[in-house]
Amino acid sequence: MYKYSDFDEAFVRERCAQFRGQVERRIDGSLTEEEFRPLRLMNGLYLQLHAYMLRIAVPYGTLRSDQMRQFAHIADTWDKGYGHFTTRQNIQFNWPKLKDVPDILDALADVQMHAIQTSGNTIRNTTVDHFAGAAADEIADPRPTAELIRQWSTDHPEFQFLPRKFKIAVGAAKHDRAVLRAHDVAVELVEEDGQPGYRIFVGGGLGRTPMIGQVVRDFLPKADLLPYLEAIVSTYNLLGRRDNKYKARIKITVFENGLDTFRDLAEAEFARIRDGFSGVDQDVLADLERQFALPAFKNADPSALSAAVAVDPTLAAWVARNTNPHKVETHASVTISLKEHGKTPGDASSEQMRVMADLADAYGYGELRVSHEQNIIMPHVAKADLPAVFTALAKVGLATANAGLTSDIIACPGMDYCALATARSIPVAEKIALRVQELGLEQEIGLMKIKISGCINACGHHHVGHIGILGLDRAGVENYQITLGGDGTENAAIGQRTGPGFAYDEVVPAVERLLKTYLEKRETAEETFLDAYRRLGADPFKEALYGDAKKNAA
Amino acid sequence: MARKFTPKVLTANDLLEGDVIYMTADGQWVRDHASAELIEDETIADMRMLTAQGQQDHIVGPYLADAKAGPNGPEPTHFREEFRTRGPSNYYHGKQADTSKESANV
Ligand code: HEM
Ligand code: SF4
Repeated sequence: MYKYSDFDEAFVRERCAQFRGQVERRIDGSLTEEEFRPLRLMNGLYLQLHAYMLRIAVPYGTLRSDQMRQFAHIADTWDKGYGHFTTRQNIQFNWPKLKDVPDILDALADVQMHAIQTSGNTIRNTTVDHFAGAAADEIADPRPTAELIRQWSTDHPEFQFLPRKFKIAVGAAKHDRAVLRAHDVAVELVEEDGQPGYRIFVGGGLGRTPMIGQVVRDFLPKADLLPYLEAIVSTYNLLGRRDNKYKARIKITVFENGLDTFRDLAEAEFARIRDGFSGVDQDVLADLERQFALPAFKNADPSALSAAVAVDPTLAAWVARNTNPHKVETHASVTISLKEHGKTPGDASSEQMRVMADLADAYGYGELRVSHEQNIIMPHVAKADLPAVFTALAKVGLATANAGLTSDIIACPGMDYCALATARSIPVAEKIALRVQELGLEQEIGLMKIKISGCINACGHHHVGHIGILGLDRAGVENYQITLGGDGTENAAIGQRTGPGFAYDEVVPAVERLLKTYLEKRETAEETFLDAYRRLGADPFKEALYGDAKKNAA
Repeated sequence: MARKFTPKVLTANDLLEGDVIYMTADGQWVRDHASAELIEDETIADMRMLTAQGQQDHIVGPYLADAKAGPNGPEPTHFREEFRTRGPSNYYHGKQADTSKESANV
């Protein structure tokens, strides 16, 4: 598996030592908060509502078992025994003490991890499809490309002070599991006439002005990736607005200037700088592709699984829901659900982390992934080992068979933690999951993406939820806006607002009405909520949400 | 006409712990909202804010938050400030789990 080069190790250690000095100087009073704040943000340290929060990058969501074990150690030693996995494929610790943060960063560096550039107006953690390197439907592993982008963007002198933060995602399958079209720039591995290359999207983003990314280049030869990205970022760096933080993201730049103008400028810049790239990057990429080579898969007879599934319906349900087709017929990718009904989406206790690390060592070639849907993935598991993995997960509350179902909710930290929040999101997710479990309708409903954000920043991706929920503060009371029809896949769409929001206690019943309306109106069990919404339009769902209120008002 | 001044408490986060703190009438920082000074006069509010701004070697981000008088001391009026007096709702963490109100001085 891929390891940092020596240069990175020295760089990360130096940053740790620097930050230790900065923390000491903040504590002894020689640095003011004004001076310290940008320094701590550069190192992933936020001050939230009740405590500091440390955000740790998990580059393209790929974790080794020893790194997961180190998270458990950090959670037990310096935090409250758990960690929170996020939609940026990161992990956050919610309770570190300022003086302990340098020790945490050292402990991270011991396993080649860090919290650098998880904030600030820089190029952030590059995200990828969480089944990267394993999915049956991908054309190649997108992670070498993501790592190349990470190396190019980390500490890139020109791009430390962009107009605004910049997020890149990489995918490699027709089915988009990485929300490519909601990113500032997205890179999709494609082939044209047998030649490998990339399709480049630009100008997607969520937040207060959600936009779907557009194709700026349909086919870019593989060797041209970095000069092309550099041209895009430079064009944005020049053109992007710095006068208004709400208009500073590249989506606004592209929108205000028009895609064609933006493309022309980027292409001209590309033509200008292209020859300056000597091709060293291609050697690096070739080397990365070797380093990301797949493990030597064991040859285990999968028929043991069929036998076990035949006699154990709970195992059967879990295998059906929580595994994804693998490149290698004898294997599967496992989704470990961090969405036990009634629990905080994305949280894992230190005990659960250790179990996942041990399982990765025993059955998963030492590899784990963080998914943007706030679950953990075991990318490679022999089908014959699935029963053993299931049994071990079930013992620690990690075998909920709900991947892609109603209770597999994305929720941002919201007002339980986040200082920017206008309402809570976690308890809303918990209550929806409990209610749908109580109703026993989850399997029948099938594919359903509910996504919840606690403010307009949209960290919970609510715009691309089939049902999106946005928590707001309306005259000093929590109020929740519902959007319908959002989609984060290759058919990306921004959800449409249904109408007035709902009070905290009304959200769960409102969602329940939507679910029941769908079950009544769908043509077949195969027609998903999203399909039904697209066929029927918003009206029947609005009726379900507001019908009574309308009648009462009349 | 100037906007009517509504009562406030002065609040911030503790530099070392990150925990929510409030200023008492005698200028101490405590963790308990009810022990805070309820400031009912704008001039005093401005003065307290200035004092706090001079104390940023051990506090972070001071601001004035709306509050009202209650039987045991000031109470928050907005839900955000109410959550800040307690901690998160998904775990019994933060202030709500703090058993030692007495040792609350910072
Ligand atoms: C202290 C906590 C956090 C702060 C201060 C914060 C801040 C922000 C802000 C200001 C934006 C809007 C950016 C813009 O539109 O220009 C944003 C967007 C976003 N954040 Fe967060 N966030 C926090 C936690 C999280 C968490 C926990 C996640 C993952 C679960 C996350 C993932 C995202 C995503 C996916 C977006 C929207 C995509 C986009 O940038 O267009 N953030 N965040
Ligand atoms: S969406 Fe808002 S409330 Fe939720 S984490 Fe992002 S900034 Fe905080």
